[in-house]
Amino acid sequence: MAFALQVLMNALSLGSLYALAALGIGLLFGVLKLINFAHGDFITVGAYALIVPSAATQATLMIGDFHPLILIPCIVVVVVILALIAEFLVFRPLRNASPATLMIGSFALGFVIQNILIMIYGGRPKAVGIWSDLSLGVELMPGVEVPKLQLIIIGVTLVLMVVLVLFLTRTKYGIHMRAAAEDFRMARMLGIEANRVIMLAVAISGMLAAAVSMLFVVQTGILDFRMGVSLMLFAFIATVIGGMGSLVGAVVGGFAVGAVSILLQTFLPSEMRVFRDVFVFAIVIFILLVRPQGLVMSRASRERV
Amino acid sequence: MEQQGGDSSSTLEVRDVTIRFEGLTAIDQVNETVSPGEILGLIGPNGAGKTTLVNTMTGFQEPTVGDVLLDGASVRKVNAHKLRRMGVSRTFQAGRLFREMSVVENVEVAGVGMGLRRTAAHKEAMNLLDWIGLSDRANVLAGALPYTDERRVGIARALIQSPKFMLLDEPAAGMSDLECDDLMKLVQRVRDEFGCGIVLIEHNMRVVMGVCERIHVLDSGRTIARGTPGEVQKNPAVIEAYLGKG
Repeated sequence: MAFALQVLMNALSLGSLYALAALGIGLLFGVLKLINFAHGDFITVGAYALIVPSAATQATLMIGDFHPLILIPCIVVVVVILALIAEFLVFRPLRNASPATLMIGSFALGFVIQNILIMIYGGRPKAVGIWSDLSLGVELMPGVEVPKLQLIIIGVTLVLMVVLVLFLTRTKYGIHMRAAAEDFRMARMLGIEANRVIMLAVAISGMLAAAVSMLFVVQTGILDFRMGVSLMLFAFIATVIGGMGSLVGAVVGGFAVGAVSILLQTFLPSEMRVFRDVFVFAIVIFILLVRPQGLVMSRASRERV
Repeated sequence: MEQQGGDSSSTLEVRDVTIRFEGLTAIDQVNETVSPGEILGLIGPNGAGKTTLVNTMTGFQEPTVGDVLLDGASVRKVNAHKLRRMGVSRTFQAGRLFREMSVVENVEVAGVGMGLRRTAAHKEAMNLLDWIGLSDRANVLAGALPYTDERRVGIARALIQSPKFMLLDEPAAGMSDLECDDLMKLVQRVRDEFGCGIVLIEHNMRVVMGVCERIHVLDSGRTIARGTPGEVQKNPAVIEAYLGKG
């Protein structure tokens, strides 16, 4: 029982990170039909913004030293500005290009960001200790202790998802965004300003990336210029198996990928654990063979009967 | 629902309009004027230019030559959603609803697009759904509606903020006779209760002849006949356009 609960918490917290990252990708895909492969690098930048820019191996905290109430908005602002710069310099000029061109544009953007990070911070991973007391355990019930951070990750993810849902369903800009995501031309015909909706989606996607930056770096304690890339890969897989274009699907996919990874990590024989991701990807391929449209079918893509 | 659009001095006019697409003439020197409270039928064989003309009257297509006038003032350079705010509204073939949004949200989003606040748009959307007889389906996803209801939601969406003119693009396509009867009643109610001037593009002759006071017949972009349903039905040029020579 205690063991099962521990595994469940591990799965939920990893799934939360994937789900948050997948939401950021899914939101932009909905509105822009862009698979933003630079999303992972947005996450990386959010993490690097915590420290003083220098190539020294030892990281010195900068924003990371601020009080959390100042730190969190600062990181959010940094990532949102980066996302908006990407929108103005890359995505907007490519607005009428094919989705494939946009995707390659986002790949290129990702490489540019990574190389700028290497130039400023150097290529070697750095250790950062931020909010390290969060990794201390909390006793959920007698005999079950989980790191405080896991509870925070799950809590933050739930709150952000609820806020996002309320935004999309209850606010004026939310209804604009959903209309634009479904039928961009029709939304414009109804007087919805396309560029404003897109900028908003880009900014929200940046906020979600910033949240992942902070949660992830506290968890791992390591900065690496490729740290966002692997997260992005899993989050992208999450959106694909969840069903491209469905935000619910992105969340479901995120938790599914997280759960599968943790289960394999826990139950694979120890000599096979290094090949964990091989099994994850094999399962992904299997899911796509059985349900090519993803786990949660976007209702718009459903055939009419 | 109170009557708002019925300002008798109001008109929507196309004057000597010609539209060419890369040398191909889609509309050739067409004139027409619609007034509030009348139902004008726009008919013609496939490819006659009916939708192109409606696009021009609603700001979706700028005429190559000629002018579009709303209440006597030129609106040829005014884009579609500005014209919508000025009171010229339309529906689209096959509804074009947001299938993943609820019925009420589909109507609401048109109000929000016109600058209403969410609460005001929601209230008006609910009133319109009630008026059109769909209030019990307000929270159903639009994608789950049968197509007859889909068209009605499209009409409700076009009615938000009480337009002066409403252009309906093939609202009866694919409907049975019984469903057409309901549609005809609805079109008449829109005219009577909103005071709209209505332009109806339709292939279904039963609907056109049953509800329109005046009919404008296009063929290959040219006006070949104008008049009452009775006159148009007897017009040799119309018979020829529809049935071919001999």
